[in-house]
Amino acid sequence: MTETLALALVLPLGGALLTVVLPGQAARLGLLAVALNTLNTALLTLGVWQQGALHADFGGWGAPLGIGFVADGLSTAMLAMTALVTLVISINAADYFRDPARARHFWPLWLLLLTSLNGLFLSADLFNLYVNLELLGLTAAALGALGGQRAALEANLRYLLVGLLGSMTYLLGVALVYSGFATLDFALLTERLTAGLAEGQMPSPIAATALGLMVLGLALKAALFPLHFWLPPAHGSAPAPVSAALSALVVKAAFYLILRLWLLVFAPVTTQGAANLLGLLGAGAVLWGSWQALRAERLKLLAAYSTVAQLGYLFVFFPIMQALPAGDARDNLLVALALMAITHGFAKSGFFLAAGFMQKQAGHDRIADLGATMQRLPATTLTLALAGMALIGLPPSGNFTAKWLLLGGAFATGQWWWVLVLFAGTLLAVAYVFRLLTQAFGLEPTPRRFFTQAGAEVPALLLAVMAVGVLGLTTAPLWRLLGVTGGAS
Amino acid sequence: MTTSFDHLLPVAIVLSSLLPGLAIFLVAEDNRRLRTLLNLTGAIVKLLLVGVLVWGVYHDHAYRAELPLAPGLSLILRADALSVLFVTLSTVLWLVTTIYAVGYLEHSPNRSRFFGFFSLCVTATVGVALAGNLFTFVVFYEILTLATYPLVSHRGTPDATAGARVYLAYTMVGGALLLTGAVWLQGLIGPVDFTQGGLLSDQPSALYPQFIAIFLLLLAGLGVKAALVPLHGWLPRSMVAPAPVSALLHAVAVVKAGAFGIVRLVYDIYGVEFAHSLGLLTILGALASITIIYGSMMALSQDGLKKRLAYSTVSQVSYIALGASILGPVATIGGMVHLVHQGIMKITLFLCAGNYAETLGVHKVSEMNGIGRRMPWTTLAFSVGALGMIGIPPIAGFISKWYLGMGAIEAGMPWVLLVLAVSTLLNAGYFLPILFRAWFREPPADWPHEEIPRRRLETHATLLWPPLITAALCLIAGLLAAAPFSPLEWTELIARREYHG
Repeated sequence: MTETLALALVLPLGGALLTVVLPGQAARLGLLAVALNTLNTALLTLGVWQQGALHADFGGWGAPLGIGFVADGLSTAMLAMTALVTLVISINAADYFRDPARARHFWPLWLLLLTSLNGLFLSADLFNLYVNLELLGLTAAALGALGGQRAALEANLRYLLVGLLGSMTYLLGVALVYSGFATLDFALLTERLTAGLAEGQMPSPIAATALGLMVLGLALKAALFPLHFWLPPAHGSAPAPVSAALSALVVKAAFYLILRLWLLVFAPVTTQGAANLLGLLGAGAVLWGSWQALRAERLKLLAAYSTVAQLGYLFVFFPIMQALPAGDARDNLLVALALMAITHGFAKSGFFLAAGFMQKQAGHDRIADLGATMQRLPATTLTLALAGMALIGLPPSGNFTAKWLLLGGAFATGQWWWVLVLFAGTLLAVAYVFRLLTQAFGLEPTPRRFFTQAGAEVPALLLAVMAVGVLGLTTAPLWRLLGVTGGAS
Repeated sequence: MTTSFDHLLPVAIVLSSLLPGLAIFLVAEDNRRLRTLLNLTGAIVKLLLVGVLVWGVYHDHAYRAELPLAPGLSLILRADALSVLFVTLSTVLWLVTTIYAVGYLEHSPNRSRFFGFFSLCVTATVGVALAGNLFTFVVFYEILTLATYPLVSHRGTPDATAGARVYLAYTMVGGALLLTGAVWLQGLIGPVDFTQGGLLSDQPSALYPQFIAIFLLLLAGLGVKAALVPLHGWLPRSMVAPAPVSALLHAVAVVKAGAFGIVRLVYDIYGVEFAHSLGLLTILGALASITIIYGSMMALSQDGLKKRLAYSTVSQVSYIALGASILGPVATIGGMVHLVHQGIMKITLFLCAGNYAETLGVHKVSEMNGIGRRMPWTTLAFSVGALGMIGIPPIAGFISKWYLGMGAIEAGMPWVLLVLAVSTLLNAGYFLPILFRAWFREPPADWPHEEIPRRRLETHATLLWPPLITAALCLIAGLLAAAPFSPLEWTELIARREYHG
C-alpha cells in the first residue's frame, strides 16, 4: 500500500511533464493524469481505512534526515476531497479552456498544483512542507493570472508576493526548529518536545517562537482575518475553475498545516491563550467576511468573501478543542472540523463553477442584474442554492452536523461567546445567500428545460450535491477513517 | 419484534413525496400529463403507506429507522401515535391540495418548480412528524423553511418577494434559536429522544434553571412557525402566495410543524407534569391566550379575505398550544385534536377563498355580497368551515373547544373558559358577517374579474371538489367523533399513552 504514497506524487508530476512535452494533447493527458490520481487516492484511502496510517521513507533515508511521508486519517480525508474536487473541476476546465493556446498553459500548472497539494497533505517533515508550499504558491498565482486581464495580473502578483512573504516567515520558523532540536521530522520533533517537558524544563521558548512564526506565515497563506486582504481580488478575478480550486483547496492546505502543527506536532507548547487568539481572529473573519459578502456587488466577490468567513469558522474550533481534555469529545470535534473543511471544499468549488457559468451566460456577474439569467438556468441556480445551503450550514449539509458539534463544544467548555459568533455568522450567511437567490424568483418567462448545457452544469451540481446530500447524510465513515473510537458505527 | 419492513416503512413514507418531487423538477414545463401523474402517484402511494402505518401503530407495532451521523447524532424516523396524527393529516390534505393546485395553476408559469417544491414541503412535514429525536426534528424543520420559501415567493411580484423575505427572516432566526436550544439541551443530557412522559424529570435539580432557559429558546424557535404573538408577523405577509400554498402553510405544513413541535416539547421532552412544576406551562398558556385573543381582534378589521383568514389562523393554531399548557388528559385531547380539526377547517376556507379569487376575482370581504347565489357549493363549503371555526356543533371545531373547556375546568383553570368564550364571540364577529353577505345580500351586476363564463358547474371541477371533500371531512370528524380511527378517538389513545405510560 505504501506505493500509493509515491504514486500520489509521481502521477500528477509525471502528467505535468508529459503535458509540457506534448502540448497538443494537454487536455487529454491532463484528464488522464487526474483520473489516475483519483483512482490511486481511492486505493490509498482504502488502505488507511483498513490498516490505519501508512508510512513511507523515500530514497532509503530514515528520519531525522530523510524525506518522510505519512498518510493518516486526517491527511487521507483531505487527499480524498482534493482528488474528487480536482477531478470534477478538471472536467469543467476541459470545457472552459477549450482554446488550445490556453489549454497548453493551464494543464501543466494545474497538475503541478495537484502535485504540491498531495505533497503537502502527505509530508511528515517541515522542510519537505516548505518545498511543496512554495510550489503551491507559485502555481496557484500563475493559474490565477491565466485570464490575462490587468486586474487579474495585479491581484495575482500581490498574491504571489504575499505568498512568498508567508513562506519566508514559515522558513524562519523551520530554521529555528532545526537549530533548537536538530530534526525536522514530525514524530521525532514531538518526541523531543515532550521529552524536554518531562525533564521538568519549561516549554522551550524556541519551540513556541518557531510555532508562532510558522503559524503566522501560514495564516497569511490561509487568509486568516486580518491577513485576508489579498484573497478577494485574487479569487474574484481568476478564471472560474481556478477560483474553485483556490478557494476550495489551496487556502485549505495552508489551514491544514496550521492544524497539523498545532494539534499533532507542537501540542506540548500550545496554550489556551494562543488558541483564544486564533479563535478571536476566526470570529473576526466570520463576521467581517460575511458582512463583506453581504455587501459585495459581484457574484464571484461574494463567493470569495464567503471563503474568508468559512475559514474563520475553522479557526473558531481551536480554543474549544484546546479547552477539552484529550479524549472522545476532543476527537469528535476534530472530525467535525475535518467535516467542515471538506464540506466547504465541495460547496465552494461547486459555487464558483456555477458562478463562472452564470457569468459566461450573462456576460457579467453583477448580482443585482442576474435575475433573468438565474431564471433561465434552473440547474445552475439550484447549484448555487445547494452550495449556499452548505455555506450557511443548513441541513442536510455536512456543515450542519459540524456546526452542531462545534456549538456543543462551545457549550461543553463554557465558552458561550462563540455561540453568539456562530449565531451571527449563520444569519449573515442566510442574508448574503438569499440576497442572491431572491433574484431567481422574478417575473421572467418560464425556463423550458432544467439543464441548458449539461456538460458545464452537471459537474458543478455534483459538487454541490456532495456537500449537501452526501456529506450531510453519510458522515459516519469519516469517524472511522480518522480513527476516532466510540464514534458512530 | 421488528422486521426489515418496520425499518423501511417510515423511510418509504418520506421518500414517497421526495422522489416524485425531485423528478418533477426535471419535467419539461409543458408536459402537464407527466407532472400530474408524478404528483398523484406520489400522493396516493403515500396515502396507502400511511394507511399501513396507522393500522400498525394502533396495534402497538414499532416502526423505527436510524441513520447514525456522528457520535450522539442520529437521524431517527419513528412512528408513535402522535406522529400518526400529523402524518395522516398532511398526507390526506396533500392529495386534496394537489388536485386543487393542478386546476388552480393550470395556466400559470413555473409549474414544475412549484410542484417540485410543493412535494419537498410535504416531505419535510412528514419528516417533522416522524422525527424520533430532537436532532431529526430540527433537520426537517429547517428543510421545511427552505422548501416553503420558493412557494411564498412563487408569484415573483415585488410583493411576493418582499413577503418571502419577511418569512425567511422570521423562520431563520427561529431556526437558529431552536438549534441553539437543542444543542444546549443535548449537551446537558445526551441525545434527546422523544419519550412519552418526557425525559427530564430524573435530572438533578441544579440543572433546572438551564432547563427553563432552554425551554424558552426552543419555544421561541417553534413559536415563530406556530405564529405565537409576537412572533407571528410573517404570517399575514406571506398571504401573497397562491391559494394552494396558503392552504398548505396554514392548515398542513408550516404552522402545524410549529404547533406539533410545541406539543412534542411539552409532552415528549419535558413531560407535561415536569413542565408544569417548573412553571413553564403558565408562560405557554399566557402566550397562547394572548395570541388567541389578539389574532381574533386583528381578524375583525381585515377587509382582505385571505388576510382575515390569516389572522384567524394566528388565533386558532394557539388552541393547540393552549391545550398543551393545561395539565390533564382532557385538555391534551382538546389541543391535539385541534391539530387535525383546525387543519381540515382552515384548508376548506382557503380553498374556497381561492375559488372566489380565481373564478370571480373576489379578494375582499366587501366584494362578497350575494356570492352564495353565484357559487352556492363553494359558499356552502365555506360556511361549514366558518361555522366550525366558531365552534357550532356538530362541526369538528366544536369538539376541540368542548374538550379544551372541560379540561380547563378539570385542571382548575376557569379563566381559560373566558378566553374560549371571548374568542368564540370574536370568531362569530368576523365570520358571521361574511356568511350574511354571501347568502343574504344582493349580488352585484358584475363581479370584479369574472374569468370563466357560466357553465354547468360554478367553477372548474378540480377546484370545486377539494373544498367539498374537506368540508365533508369537517362534518364527519364532528359527527362521528366517537367512531374508531376518528381524530378524537386517536387523540384519546395518545392521551392515554401519555398519562398512563
